[in-house]
Amino acid sequence: MTLALPAGPSPAPRRQIFVGTALAGVAATMMMGGMLAVWALIRQRAVDAGERFPVKFIIPEVATNVMLITIFALCLFAQWAVYSARRGDRSHTGLALGVVLVLGIAFINAQAFVYTQMEMPLAGSGYATMFYAITGTMIAIVIAGLVYTVVAAFRSLGGRDREYEVISAHAMYWYFTAAAYAALWFLVYVTK
Amino acid sequence: MTTIEHTGIEHDQRAVLFGDGTVGSFFSAVADWATSTDHKKIGRLYAGFGMLALLGVAVIGALLGLERTDANGYVLPEDSILQLFQLHRVGLVFWVAIPLTLGAAVAIVPLQVGARAIAFARLALTGFYAWLAGTVLTIVALAGNGGIGGGNAQMVDLFLAAHGLMILGIAATAGCVATTVLTSRVPGMTMRRVPFFSWSALVQALALLIALPVMFGVLIYLFVDARNAQLVFGGPLGIGNWIGLFFDTPVVYIYAIPVAGLLAEAMPVAFGRRHPMRQVVFAGLALIGVAALTGATLQNDFATTFNGDGASVVKHLVVLAFFVALPLLGGVITLATAAMVAKPTGDAKPSIRVISPLLFGLLGTLMLLLGMVGGVLVDLSDLELAGTVFGEAATVFVTFGAALGGLGALIMWAPKLWGMQIPEKKVLPLALLGTLATVLAAGPHYVAGFTGQDGDVGVYMGDGASTALNGIVLVGYALMVLTVLGVAGAIATSRGKGDQNANPWCAHTIEWSTTSPAPADNFAAMPTVKSAEPELDQTPEGSPS
Repeated sequence: MTLALPAGPSPAPRRQIFVGTALAGVAATMMMGGMLAVWALIRQRAVDAGERFPVKFIIPEVATNVMLITIFALCLFAQWAVYSARRGDRSHTGLALGVVLVLGIAFINAQAFVYTQMEMPLAGSGYATMFYAITGTMIAIVIAGLVYTVVAAFRSLGGRDREYEVISAHAMYWYFTAAAYAALWFLVYVTK
Repeated sequence: MTTIEHTGIEHDQRAVLFGDGTVGSFFSAVADWATSTDHKKIGRLYAGFGMLALLGVAVIGALLGLERTDANGYVLPEDSILQLFQLHRVGLVFWVAIPLTLGAAVAIVPLQVGARAIAFARLALTGFYAWLAGTVLTIVALAGNGGIGGGNAQMVDLFLAAHGLMILGIAATAGCVATTVLTSRVPGMTMRRVPFFSWSALVQALALLIALPVMFGVLIYLFVDARNAQLVFGGPLGIGNWIGLFFDTPVVYIYAIPVAGLLAEAMPVAFGRRHPMRQVVFAGLALIGVAALTGATLQNDFATTFNGDGASVVKHLVVLAFFVALPLLGGVITLATAAMVAKPTGDAKPSIRVISPLLFGLLGTLMLLLGMVGGVLVDLSDLELAGTVFGEAATVFVTFGAALGGLGALIMWAPKLWGMQIPEKKVLPLALLGTLATVLAAGPHYVAGFTGQDGDVGVYMGDGASTALNGIVLVGYALMVLTVLGVAGAIATSRGKGDQNANPWCAHTIEWSTTSPAPADNFAAMPTVKSAEPELDQTPEGSPS
């Protein structure tokens, strides 16, 4: 027996990109959180065994601090893009997203600087493999964010500037990324 | 924006591309399935490969049962035993339990919430391919002496990378399911009115998104360490210490949550009445999801003894209760509230229709609960069950329970997926056979665990009783092979036949208002719902709650 229900209005998907990005952010946060927890565990074991962690390498802390400032500044510009997009200001949206892109590249550049300054061979120690694994994962997250920025910029500059949900979701992604880096910075670069 | 509208144009284009002959039709159909963004097809792809994997895992389980019939020697080649055990364990979790339940969710949830498509349909399809590629690569790695304790370094690396690929795929698809429930519900469907199965799928998806990324992060460490220093994580032998918990109780409970959702969904349908305790069921299903925290915190040591001092015992019991017993409580609540549907109200005597989805859901949930009870017992140190086949059996109970739930979901929603109801006389016995198979495949190892038979090894200290118990396990796996073949056969032989009624079960939720099979866009006209049981509202005896 078929029981027809009365037809209603066709529902618009409600903020799918925003919710999807939030879920991706949660997943990425769990991943980084797990990696940081393992880092803390291994570090504790090394300290309990009377070893240094790291063994002999010196981390260029100025660069890592600048990276922290950069990623927070990046969030500011991502939020500026949201502010502009909500007002239909395409030129400022594009400008803000462009600055986000530049700051993201600067972040990667600073990480590369850290790698070159430390001169730490990947296979040299257990610390090195963990260091490259966790910072490399962070770089991958930032690169994914830059791809997101490019997509958001194309959509905005392509005339879909009224659909600012993507820009909002994009900003939220960077908030997650900044939080993840702040935790990494504290554990890997400050407490070491 | 992200909703994909389907038209007939794609099919016409493929007809032009491949021609109208038999070969052309075949390639056209393959292309149609391989590139489809229709969630019903993506879900069936997951479930189809899950059924195929269940067949393979059951064969491997039978081989391992055969191996264990000789306690002191090897029946199978000695150097393949380690990899066979890993194929069995990885297969149970990543190739059977997850694809069958997640696939059912992908196929059914958008219909249940009244969406025209799954959120991010292309991502869901990409997730399927990532999972499939990871699955194939894992098999290649294990066949090439990779895996935990593997002797081929490159294959060990491949094993780790393949697991990462599987996790990426599963997490992507889980994200699509969760986003669909959270954002694409039909007007009037508040979260309180979400169907039980969709709620269970949401809980499972969120649990997967909480737990599996942590495993992914650990895999990155293991991969980099395995390729380089091998100083921190113990090399190939250490892999199991870090990711083993994701193949064991209590984390495996999250792979089986939808089976409890199926029970909650089917019970009111079988009794033709509304569920009196919807919110309690929601809470029960969510409590099972607490098991995700075990994976998220990488917590795998819940050993509790009653021989210590009072404070120590309490401390361990609290941890055990939170991580292991709370999900069990969730399962018990779901079962108990299902029983409340049968409670007489006033003068009305409840009458039950024994339908196959109810049987699959009920028996699958019972198997899940048996596994959960085992999960609690194995952590009680005084029983000395850790490291025995007892823990292995608990995982089998849970994953086979999940498989029964996945199969039951496919059977329940077959009218929407294939356009026909599978005759009950074909599938009702299969629910019983599948349950018998599960009990025989896992139950004897519950007994053998108390006799101290070591888990995950071919050679163990044992006597005639142990070998007899392992012989029964072999029979259990063989029966599971028959169950899978039976379900696949029932689906295949029923296609294009039988009742094409839109609502053959007289079910209550919104997906039963659309045609059977459901069109590519699910609904011709989008209705508005005013209760949790909109189809029941349309009947003379139903009235909106």
